[in-house]
Amino acid sequence: MKKYDTPLIDELEKGPWPSFVTEMKKAAKNNEMANDAVGHLEKCFRTKVGYWKHGGIVGVLGYGGGVIGRYSELGDEFPGVAHFHTVRINQPSGFFYSSAALREICDIWDKYGSGLTNVHGSTGDLVLLGTKTDALEAIFAEYSSRGWDLGGSGSALRTPSCCIGPGRCEWTNYDTLDLNYALTQEFQDEIHRPMFAYKFKIKMSGCACDCVASIARADMSIIGTWKGHIEVNQDEVKNYAKNGMDINAEIVNMCPTQCISYDGKELKINNAECSRCMHCITRMTKALKPTGERGATICIGSKAPIVVGSLLSWVIVPFIKVEPPYTEVKDLIRKIWEWWDENAKPRERIGEVIEMKGMRSFLEGIGQTPIPQQIKEPRKDPFMFYTEDDMAAFKAKEAEEKKSGKYKF
Amino acid sequence: MALPQRKTDIGPPHYKQFLPPVIQKNYGKWKYHEVINPGLMVHVGESGDKLWTVRVASPRILSTTTIREHCDIAEKYCGGFFRYTTRNNVEFLVSDEKQVEPLRKDLTARGFKMGGIGSGISNVVHTQGWVHCHSACTDASGLVKAMMDELMPYFESKRLPNKVRLAVACCVNMCGAVHCSDIAVVAVHTKVPTIAHENFKNMCELPTVIGSCPTRAISPDPANKSVKINAEKCMYCGNCFTVCPPISIKDPERDGIAILVGGKVNSLRSNPKFSKLVIPYISNEPPRWPKAVAAIKHIVEVYAKNARKHERVGEWIERIGWERFFSLTGIDFTFQCIDDFTFMRDTMRTSSTFKW
Repeated sequence: MKKYDTPLIDELEKGPWPSFVTEMKKAAKNNEMANDAVGHLEKCFRTKVGYWKHGGIVGVLGYGGGVIGRYSELGDEFPGVAHFHTVRINQPSGFFYSSAALREICDIWDKYGSGLTNVHGSTGDLVLLGTKTDALEAIFAEYSSRGWDLGGSGSALRTPSCCIGPGRCEWTNYDTLDLNYALTQEFQDEIHRPMFAYKFKIKMSGCACDCVASIARADMSIIGTWKGHIEVNQDEVKNYAKNGMDINAEIVNMCPTQCISYDGKELKINNAECSRCMHCITRMTKALKPTGERGATICIGSKAPIVVGSLLSWVIVPFIKVEPPYTEVKDLIRKIWEWWDENAKPRERIGEVIEMKGMRSFLEGIGQTPIPQQIKEPRKDPFMFYTEDDMAAFKAKEAEEKKSGKYKF
Repeated sequence: MALPQRKTDIGPPHYKQFLPPVIQKNYGKWKYHEVINPGLMVHVGESGDKLWTVRVASPRILSTTTIREHCDIAEKYCGGFFRYTTRNNVEFLVSDEKQVEPLRKDLTARGFKMGGIGSGISNVVHTQGWVHCHSACTDASGLVKAMMDELMPYFESKRLPNKVRLAVACCVNMCGAVHCSDIAVVAVHTKVPTIAHENFKNMCELPTVIGSCPTRAISPDPANKSVKINAEKCMYCGNCFTVCPPISIKDPERDGIAILVGGKVNSLRSNPKFSKLVIPYISNEPPRWPKAVAAIKHIVEVYAKNARKHERVGEWIERIGWERFFSLTGIDFTFQCIDDFTFMRDTMRTSSTFKW
């Protein structure tokens, strides 16, 4: 095996933070592909430019995604990375593993690939970095026969992911792990056979803490919330005060709706005015607990800057029940895809299509009515559409007012 | 040797088989948790059962050798059960308190770093960079390693007014929630792409290339059977290069990084926010990007000194005003900080009230 001189990336083996270069060198010890990846990276650091070509179309029979073709421009100089494809393995909900399962994943990967991984990729898949085209079918047979499937890539439903939810969190408002599993299983076809205009990501968080950043990077963000009041354990409030918490400064004054008061003894919450932001609950988790009806807020459209700027997801369904078998959520997803499919040009994310066609078109398309919880503020300009139906409804309302002698705004 | 029979559309294994018994038993019935130190927290169930979590740093790029070491450790102390976090840390899940200290000692002896929980700096969300991506204009893992070496105290022990979420994107495609981080690094191109016209007609679709441009800078070039790019409109996003390989935008001397601050994804106290541009350009300086690292550390330190308890970077800046952020940090305010893309209407000041 060729020994590469790597003075630049060796610098990144120094210092306290764990080193990815050390990881690459560990894999390189008995793997030609990983060894060439080390030499290849050193060259990038020396010349300050990358050498990976655009992905080619590679994959496994019957699937249109899950493998991302990757080739180097420098295949002659570094033959081990001439092909260096990525395989996405669909992670279990919440990134939980047993050592036995992960050992099996490692054994197969050492046999067919570079021995390098990302645990995990940004979307959530367990990413296997670097293998050759002729190994792909064998890799797929080995993994799938042991219960592991490929994740999404290209213009498909990307592998859904979720926060830890009921696995280890007192704040979750629905079973994120189970919904994630259920949706992944329900939409296997949409994950493995790209049929959309562009990618579609679904992420699930159990509360407004949004530990999977769903509001920022999921075309569909499912964020847990509740409708009941916050239960206060006054003894625990006393303990927080005793242990040094300045409740007025840290809780009362930081409440965005100013719905909390504290007189030095009792903490009171005006629940009707609470917007459920989670600040007080996360700071006083022993003292405060949401109660009552649980569910989620569904938001749509977030994405990174390409093409016309970043978007955060917009609220479309302020409250939805999230209970097995999740029929309501699944039906909503199908309606969203149908509208998107009818209206999108190639490479248009759903948020961009909604901007182009208008939120009204979208909400009507998926059968949602307008309600103030969807917006930050109403429109500012007087340019708006009046359909014939809208006008008929306004006129009918006025006719009724005349009859009853009472205005209804 | 014959291959096993492949299966399709089976989806991932069911997660329940990977949950340790203490989680199976207390599933959905957790009462509260306490952060004992930045590397250790305990969750308490309504049953009174306790689950200790020891969080360990990871470079995200892992060799199978290291994953097997995680397995060894989990088998010794956690019945073989562990998980990874959305920010790519490793979490060892311990149900027997007596195992916590031996586990921590063992991790220290093996050179693993514990931390990242609570009001400090956790692992950096980042992209592939030169390690494995075709559109990278810098190396993400290298930048992250250089940053975190310098910020290590905030991972392991030092506390901040609230958590500071860091992210690195090696191009404006921004895989991951880079655009809503307390401090985000994004690598940028700064030059109009060049086009190998002779290859265009064989490799690219004209409408797709024209449609890929957010500023409508691309128009047909019939004489060359290709396209031309209007240099006055191009903002170097590189999306045309993504859809058309003969278009080339990489430039080793001009590619660099920009720094954005003040984003967040949770809704605690204030709404989720985008990160905003404060430093438009720093040269790529592998292997350790010293100026970029110094800038990030400086912003963290000014925040630590000035923000109120529980304020995230963006909330602190909104309270004091952006003009104060620039004066406190001493960062030069440049034309790049003024939006001239899609958000100008929302981001210009429309009152005469501000600070000096």
